[in-house]
Amino acid sequence: MTITDEKIKELEQKAAAIRKTIIEMLVAAGSGHTAGPLGMADIFAVFYFYILKHDPKKPAWEERDRLLLSNGHICPVQYAALAHVGYFPVEECMTLRKFGSRLQGHPERNRLPGIETTSGPLGCGLAQAAGYAYAARMDKKDFRVYCVMSDGEHDEGNTWESIMFAGNNKLQNLTAIVDRNKIQIDGTTEHVMPLEPLREKWESFNWNVIEVDGHNIQEFCDAVDEAKTFLDKPTVIIAHTIPGKGIKEIEGDYRWHGKVPTPEEGKRFLEELK
Amino acid sequence: MVSEHIRFNVEASTLATRDGFGRALVELGEKDPRVVVLCSDVAESTRVADFKEKFPERYIELGVAEQNLVTVAAGFANYGKIPFVAAYAVFSPGRNWEQIRTTIAINNFPVKIAGAHAGVTVGPDGATHQALEDIAMMRVLPNMTIVSPCDEEEAYKATLAAASHEGPVYIRLSREVSPAITTEKTKFEIGKSVPLWTSEKPQVAIFTTGPMAHNALLAAKELEKDIAVSVINIHTIKPLDIDAVVAEAKRAGAVVTVEDHQIVGCLGSTIAEVLAQCCPTPMEFVGVHDSFGQSGTPKELIEHYGMGVSHIVAAVRKANGRRTSSVWKIFRN
Repeated sequence: MTITDEKIKELEQKAAAIRKTIIEMLVAAGSGHTAGPLGMADIFAVFYFYILKHDPKKPAWEERDRLLLSNGHICPVQYAALAHVGYFPVEECMTLRKFGSRLQGHPERNRLPGIETTSGPLGCGLAQAAGYAYAARMDKKDFRVYCVMSDGEHDEGNTWESIMFAGNNKLQNLTAIVDRNKIQIDGTTEHVMPLEPLREKWESFNWNVIEVDGHNIQEFCDAVDEAKTFLDKPTVIIAHTIPGKGIKEIEGDYRWHGKVPTPEEGKRFLEELK
Repeated sequence: MVSEHIRFNVEASTLATRDGFGRALVELGEKDPRVVVLCSDVAESTRVADFKEKFPERYIELGVAEQNLVTVAAGFANYGKIPFVAAYAVFSPGRNWEQIRTTIAINNFPVKIAGAHAGVTVGPDGATHQALEDIAMMRVLPNMTIVSPCDEEEAYKATLAAASHEGPVYIRLSREVSPAITTEKTKFEIGKSVPLWTSEKPQVAIFTTGPMAHNALLAAKELEKDIAVSVINIHTIKPLDIDAVVAEAKRAGAVVTVEDHQIVGCLGSTIAEVLAQCCPTPMEFVGVHDSFGQSGTPKELIEHYGMGVSHIVAAVRKANGRRTSSVWKIFRN
């Protein structure tokens, strides 16, 4: 389906609101991850406000599309998107990482409606999504399973085990989205443990590969649609993103992987997002 | 004397606990369409081959990838299936413990994890393939239920029970054939211990888990005219049948635990924790004492690592001696 310019504008505004909430919640939390969530704000806005078949009032609706987050540390972006789309009040985002909060430092399925699985420890999300997709296909369900994952977690053996498994089983109802932001904790991915040629690696495991600019809503939507047309392979969308997107000081700097803005920085960043 | 619906030393068995697991899976496959089996290239030796043949569309091959085995299973359970995963215990939960913790235990998904070839009785394969730590690893996980059946029949019942049990279950299985102790009539309920040998006034209570139950019964028989004992089969390590354990420990006043596992973290530890809190009782531990196994026949290894009948008899004598010492008399009153 073709997305209208008007819709794109609206989604860009949603992404901007999500980014603002991310900064606010991270400042309030005083710990967490900044670059990854900001970089994925566009994709999460598009998912929850446009692509996913879901109902915030009925999180357990059986026919919903499933979005499993593998790299759980970027949960602030998912929490913000879930809040803005109506799963819970946006104010609750400010409880992130606090005692008694449903918004755990890393997401837990049984604590917060809308979270499809518990994640944080890397490399296990795609396998769960693959198992989910396999089971759904057995029962001829027509919902789709999406797995958002990081590039850094390709260092994990479990990631490759699941890529091999899903490719071998031709899980056409599964789409993986790799946040190719090229950073991980200790530096760039190509410095810590080179991943390139990433496209060829996935292709050789029998996946359909689409590369997009992860901040181009039109391109991303087209890729998600295209994935549905491949009936004999799972699809991976390698989304090239800029970590920290929206805040010049953070953009592309791996040192912002696992730290949060001070209250002063937060004020400045929120100004920049206006 | 031997308890009702229990037998021992009557016939040579040709079956192992893994066979009971396989038998139950076929039955479950027929009964419940939600049951699926995931396996990491060990279908024949974990006895899931019959299920594979009968329900090929519900058998999922993972290849030699135990981390993927349990995480893919978590996805099946998340959807609403009841996945049984079959692998060797040294690799599952040995290699994939964190994946089990995060994706199965924290999520509280009903994945049923079968750890096959557990204990030194794996024999000739040697230390690398003899899981002596699996129950310790699983016992520390919240939400996890752990069963360790003593024979083929009990493994069959435990597998059926695991399928209808809410949440994740670890089922410990052995490769080696072991004597039939329980019968069709023996009751099985997760979390409920089974008396195997009873005495009117037991002096020592022997708690046992897995196929070691047979050696415990042989020891009880040997001690019959000398020291009165009771033998209790603890097929569920978690949740422990605390009431029965405490009652029997109080009645006897001394305890021996018997298990083909490191004595750290499994049956002996579990019972010691409970008794330390509820009724401190002198205890002796029969099991593997902080060592790895090695190649050999199951019988040689059981003897070498101190889990033979004579070792259990010696442990009972020792526990009985401690029971009658003055220090413990204070506690018992």
